[in-house]
Formats: sequence, structure tokens, C-alpha cells
Amino acid sequence: MDLALSVTKRSGLNSRQIQDAAFRTATRLFAFGVLILLGGVVVALAAGARPAFEKFGWYFLVSDAWNPVKDNFGALPAIYGTIVTSAIAMLVGIPLAFGIAVFLTELCEPHLRRPIGTLIELLAAIPSIIYGIWGLFVVAPVLQHTVQPALIQILGPLPIIGALFAGPPFGLGMLTAGVILGFMVLPFIASVTRDVFLTVPPMLRESAYGVGATTSEVIRHIVLPYTRVGVIGGIMLGLGRALGETMAVTFVIGNAHRIKASLLAPGTTISATLANEFTEAVSDMYTASLFALGFILFVITFIVLAAAKLMLLRLDQRAAK
Amino acid sequence: MQARRLTTWLGALALIAASAAPAAADGEISGAGATFPYPIYAKWADAYKEKSGISMNYQSIGSGGGIKQITAKTVDFGASDMPLTADKLSKAGLVQFPAIMGGEVMAINLPGIAAGGITLDGQTIANIYLGKITSWDDPAIAKLNPGVKLPSLGIAVVHRSDGSGTTFIFTDYLCKVSPEWKEKVGEDTAVEWPVGLGGKGNEGVAALTNNTAGAIGYIEYAYALQNKLPYAKLVNKEGTALMPGSTSFQAAAANADWPKAPGFYLLLTDQPGKESWPITGASFILLHEVQDKPEIAKQVLDFFAWSYANGSKMAEELAYVPMPESVVKLVEASWSKIKDGGGKPVWTSR
Amino acid sequence: MTLYQRRRAGNVVALTLSWVATGIGLLILFLVLWTLLRNGLPALGSDLFTKPTPPPGGRGGIGNAIYGSVVMTAVATLVGTPVGVLTGTYLAEFGRGSRIAPVVRFVNDILLSAPSIIIGLFVYELMVVRMGHFSAWAGSVALAIIVVPVVVRTTEDMLMLVPGSLREAAIALGAPQWKVIVSVIYRAALQGMLTGVMLAVARIAGETAPLLFTAFNNQFWSTNMNGPMANLPYVIFQFALSPYADWQVLAWGGAMLITLAILMLNIVARLLTSWSNRTL
Repeated sequence: MDLALSVTKRSGLNSRQIQDAAFRTATRLFAFGVLILLGGVVVALAAGARPAFEKFGWYFLVSDAWNPVKDNFGALPAIYGTIVTSAIAMLVGIPLAFGIAVFLTELCEPHLRRPIGTLIELLAAIPSIIYGIWGLFVVAPVLQHTVQPALIQILGPLPIIGALFAGPPFGLGMLTAGVILGFMVLPFIASVTRDVFLTVPPMLRESAYGVGATTSEVIRHIVLPYTRVGVIGGIMLGLGRALGETMAVTFVIGNAHRIKASLLAPGTTISATLANEFTEAVSDMYTASLFALGFILFVITFIVLAAAKLMLLRLDQRAAK
Repeated sequence: MQARRLTTWLGALALIAASAAPAAADGEISGAGATFPYPIYAKWADAYKEKSGISMNYQSIGSGGGIKQITAKTVDFGASDMPLTADKLSKAGLVQFPAIMGGEVMAINLPGIAAGGITLDGQTIANIYLGKITSWDDPAIAKLNPGVKLPSLGIAVVHRSDGSGTTFIFTDYLCKVSPEWKEKVGEDTAVEWPVGLGGKGNEGVAALTNNTAGAIGYIEYAYALQNKLPYAKLVNKEGTALMPGSTSFQAAAANADWPKAPGFYLLLTDQPGKESWPITGASFILLHEVQDKPEIAKQVLDFFAWSYANGSKMAEELAYVPMPESVVKLVEASWSKIKDGGGKPVWTSR
Repeated sequence: MTLYQRRRAGNVVALTLSWVATGIGLLILFLVLWTLLRNGLPALGSDLFTKPTPPPGGRGGIGNAIYGSVVMTAVATLVGTPVGVLTGTYLAEFGRGSRIAPVVRFVNDILLSAPSIIIGLFVYELMVVRMGHFSAWAGSVALAIIVVPVVVRTTEDMLMLVPGSLREAAIALGAPQWKVIVSVIYRAALQGMLTGVMLAVARIAGETAPLLFTAFNNQFWSTNMNGPMANLPYVIFQFALSPYADWQVLAWGGAMLITLAILMLNIVARLLTSWSNRTL
């Protein structure tokens, strides 16, 4: 590139230099634009949230009030719900994603790999609102009439775990939301895990098979340790999505600003609260509290996504060596 | 080559831009708010469009939303079942007037129980919503329903998850019949519910109640009718157990003393009278007192004037109670308060 | 049991679970599609596309919502794609050695996975409040903000794939750098970039949260970009949560349409990629 520039300089073709400089500046401008965009989002959220943080301070993060009558708001139920539903989503999604990645890399017929892989990736293309209505109309009734009563009967009487499964089976609630979320993030984790598994040098795998390891042993002792960082990166990517998911959760979580021990109870997440209440927050403090929730969500997802990105970067660097 | 692609981009953008029109499209007025009156507003809007060609675009997002959006001037009028006090009205620069009245019912989802098959009273409902009564076969409920076989099913309490005038009317009623509710929870468009699932809009509560066995939810009567949801009889102030319907709503509404209400602020819950339905209320329209879009304001008022004059039959079909003639005159007189920037009223009666 | 037998058994269990997991994954896909088709097909008919959303208990369609979604998606793509392409170009062509480039890449990936409801809040503050009303413009801007990171990512990846020899040959012929990029490199990466745009379109076609507080909704036909405009996701949201049977049928019809369109886009994008991989 520099050679080209010095050539044109010597021939004195100035218009070309100007054109090049203009083009380069334009692209750089837009690149900066992306930075400004993120900055703008943070600033807008922080500005909108300021009245709430000023009034409640750090207490906002641990208060479980949500009282529009008295203008007293706390983020705890929403944060709790976000974390619990995401945790359930991980518990559901990771094993499934894992199994799929193992299947696609070790067990599947070579010509079926692409089609099945594509089908799994199509799961990621389905819009979240579709997961939401599917969850509401198909999954929730099934949970309400079969799974949840069974859980209450079998696990309810147990000493500590019982508290997690108490209460009337609504069909809607934290558990349902977590399960739907799990289905939603499963394709992301599966894709990344599969891609990462494929980076293992065949030599390593063949050597293990050569000394008589079974497939599951190869995965456990060779593939996983090698791809550990990438797998965790993929999981955190899925977690980042689960934390921020709105529509799939809003339909099935039950919209209750309460913290209950039971997973079968209705709850709320930050994004579900925003979706339900933003256009209707009448008082300024209410709106500010909602912005504050948005800000908190942004911070949480930022941290998770940044960590994931760094991990995947390290894997790229290692693979490049 | 580049020029051609560039012009294609520009051409496409220009085409889209060409479809942009000034903020108020001809013949369209927008409103948002209460879900309580939505079924009747939607019917009126359809009929009005056929007659006059003007589209009344109403989004039922809850009374809280209606108040917020009209204050932010993102819509032409707001609708709220919770009337604003004269104080709040003057602070926000709004005027309000009642458009329609109706009743709220307790929708029930119990196997084998049809409409009116179960009776409840205010105190019991308050205790259910406080979480003190958790099962349908609780003695308090059994006492009101001798001879009715009540299943031992957990009560799935359903309330609103959004800012709602329907909630305001309901909690206002509960405050009147239960001092404990008044002290612990209070009344507003959104409260700190002790128990229950949240549904979005009257629609959401109706849908949730319909789908959940053992559910109880408060909804406007038209929603129960349109969705064939069973509801409970309620015991009113005089001790009579009543079925909801036009008769009982009208009996409650007859007590309304509109001329004496400042800014038309009037609540119709727990009214005296043997036939009065305990959870009745009016739904209000909010407009800015000083209009920077006087033409639009005139169209909004034209719509409501037309609905007052021609919409009563449609309202009664859905068991709403239309505003009586005398009140309509008062309301239309109050519209002279809505003026444009120059002090001229935007609407004059023809 | 000998050690060998235990290892064999453990292996069988683990692999069976993998089969089961894949089965579950595929089952979910088929269940969702089956539910959509079963509930959405009854809604199919010319009315679905030609009539606007009806009041509760009325008959109608979702024509205005389809129109709104198509228009806002188109505007968002038209606005977001150039921004994304130019930024991707910067990262691929001029970013080498630059200190800003890794930061931009990082920030872009954050934006890529950021919750879309946050974007909606941002545009509400920026546009809806300033303008004083909801608008399809605000909705389009919110969607464009979601398009940009996707296009940046795919553009950069595709441009990096173009062989250096192609670049060098063009420069050797005396072309200015920008012309090399625009005429030669873009053309070489065109299929990949197009795929990226298609994936971005597929992504925003299904987004609801950003439209909740920007474009809002409109029950009538509206071509006015400066006011609230109906869109498929919002209508599905509203109608599915309602207790009215005709509304629910329309919601399923809309859901089926969106999903089929998005899946079609994804499959075509994938086919394009594999085709371009084969021809490169």
C-alpha cells in the first residue's frame, strides 16, 4: 500500500491522493461512529437513570420494593430474576449444547454433519418472540399439567430442595422462563463449541484413539482441556444472550416483582420489566428507575460479553501459534 | 459503476422519504391508554371511520401509559380510568372528561363453576389478594357459598403488570372494604401486589385467568363477555349478592353527582343502593388545555361528540353504561376550556 | 465389572446422551415449526395481507403490520449497511497496525450481543422524546443500530478473505487505493457481504423490543414514517397475549410468516456462502 502511495506521490497525481484520503477518512469516521454509538448508549442510560441513583443510591441494588404508589423502587427482584432464569437457562442449555457438539464432531455421519449443523443453527435464527408464544401456548400448559405437579409431588416434601419446588403450578414462572431461555441459547453455545472442538489437531485425537481411549475419554481428556477457553467463551456468549433476552421471557415469567424461593413462582427480569412497564411509567422517578434497571443490565451484559470476547481472543491467538 | 450504485442507494432512500408526511396525517388522530374501555372505543372508531373517513388510532396500553403519553405529547389524547385530581390536572395542563362507564368483575377459572356460580364479598377478595386466603375451599369462601362444592385447588391470583386504571378502580374498592388492604397496599394504577401473576392489560389478565386452573382476576365486564369467562357474584354495600350487568352498573352510576365533581373527578366504587354493583367506574379522556395542534384537538372532540350522540347502542351491547344526556351537556360545555395558542376555543357545538 | 467394561459402559452412556441431546435439539426445531404451521396456516388467505388489524372481535388481517415491518426493515438496512460496510472496510483495509481498530472491533462485538431493549431505550431518549411522538423513523433507526454491528463483522471477515494477490495486482495496474477497494475487493467479497446483509435483515425482521418504544403501533393502514406504524412483532405481541380467538389466529399467522421469511433468508444466505466458497 505504501509503495502505491509513494508512486503516485512522485507522479504528482494529487487528485488520487485526495480521493484516497477522503475514502480513508470516511471509513475512519464511521469506525469512530461505532465507538460513539456505544458511548451514546451508555451516556443516555446513565443520564436517564441518574435521578433514581441519586435518590436511592446503592440501596437500589438491594431493595426489593417496587412501589409506584410511594415512588419507592428497588432493583433486587429484577436482578434476582435475571440471574436465576439465566442460571436455569445455562443448566438446561449447556448439557444439551455440549451433547450436540459432541454428536456433530464425533458421532455423526460425515455427510449429515452439514445439514444437521445447519438445522441446529436455524434454531438460533428463530426470533425470540416466537419462542415466547411457543413457550406460552405449548410449553407452559405442559409444565403446568404434568411436569410441575410431578416436581411438587416428588421434590416438594424434601427438606431443602423442596422449597425450590413449592407452590401452585401456574405453568408460568421462573422455571418455565429459564427452560425457554435454555432452548434459545442452546444453538449459540452448540455452534461455538462445535467450531472450537474442530480446532483440535487431528493428530492429538488420533494419538489418543491409538492408545485405546474410548470416544468419551478422548472428549474428556483431550478435546475439552485443549478447547477449555473457547468452550467457556461460548458459554459466556450464551449467558450474555440469556441475560438480555426480552420477548421470550416476558410471555412466560408471570411478571411479579417478588422474590420467592420457589422456582415455580412467577417473577420478573430486568428486560421483562422494561418491556412491560416502560411506556406506562407515569412518574419521573418510575421512569428513572426503569432507566436505572436498563443501565444495570447493560453493565452486567457488558462484563459477561467482554469476558467472553477476551477468552475467545486468547483461543484465537493460541490457535494461530 | 460506483455512480450507478450510489444513485440506487439514494433513489431508494428518496422513495422512502417521499412517503413521509407531516406529523399529523390527514384524517388520523391517535390516542392511547386505558384497556378498560378499549372494546367500545375500538367499535366507535370503526363506525366513525366508516362515517367520516377519519381514523381514530387507539392503543390500549393501560391508563398509566395513557397519562404518560399525553403528558409527553406523543399522542393526541390520553385515556385513563383513574381520574386525575384537579391539582394534578392543573400541574400537567390537562383537562379531563368522562367518556363511558362500566363495571369490573372477578373472573374465575374453576372446573364446574359457571358464570355467577360462586359468590364473593369485598373482604374475602381483599384477603385473597393479600395472600391470606390461598385455597378455594377456605372456610371464608365456603361461608358465602353454602351448598357449592368448592375444590381444594390453590388460588392463582392474577393482577395487572402494567399501569392500569382498572387496577386503580379495583384497589379503590378494596381500600373501601378492607382497612388492612388500605394500610398495607393502598390504591393506584400500579401497586405492590403481595401475591399473584401479572398480566398485561385487561386482555392479559383475561388470557391468564382463562389459561390457569384456579385463577381469579379482575377485568372489565366486556372482556368477560367477549371471552365467555365465568365470573363471581359480588355482595354489595347493602348486603345483596348481585350478578354484574347493565342493570347493576346503571344502578351504581345513577348515584353519580357529576355537576358537583371538580374536573369531573368522581369514583363510583362501593356505591349505596340495593342494586348497585360494587366495582363500577368511569373512564376518562385527557387533553391538553392549550393546544398547539388545534385542528387535531377539534377532530378528537368531534369524535367524542359523535360517540356521545351515536354510540350509546353499541356501548349497551357490550354492557357499558353510556354517559347520560345531562352529563354530555356538561362535558361539551367544559370543552370551551380547550383553547389554541391564541385563546380561541378549538371546538364549538354545532 | 472390569475396568474395561466400565469404560465401555461409560462411553456408551455418554454417547447415547449426545444422541439424545441432538434429538432434543432437532425436536425443538420441529415442534416450533409444527406449532407455527398448525396454528398459522388457518390464518392464511388474501385477507391476511390486504386487510389492516381489526378491533377485537372483528375480522381482518395484518396487512398494515406486514407493510410496516417491510418498510422499517428496508430503511434500517439501507441506512445501516453503508455504515457497517465502511466501518468493516476500515477494520480490514486500514486497520492493520492502528490502535483504534482492536477497540472498534471489541466495541462492535459488544454492540452485536447487547440486549436490543437497551437500544430501544436509547432511541426513545434520542428521538421519540425530542420529536414528541413515536415514529417509524425512530423504529428504523433502532433497527439500523442493530444492523450495523452484524454488517461490520461480516464485511470485515469477508474482506480479510480476499487474497492479497488480488490487491497487489490492482495496485500494480496503477489504481488508487479506494478504487481498488471499491471495484476489485468489494466485488470479490460481494457474495459474502450480501450474506452478511441477509443475516442482518433476518435478525431485525424478528426484533420486537427495540420497536416497543419507538415505532409503537397503529391499528390502521399508515404510510406515514413520521408517526407510529404497525409492525409484525408488536402485533404478534399484542394479539397473542389477548384473549380474543380471532386475534390469536392472526398472531399465529404473523408469527408463521416472520419465521418462514427469516428461515428462508438464512438458508439462502448459507447456500450463497457455500456456492461462493466453491467458486472462489
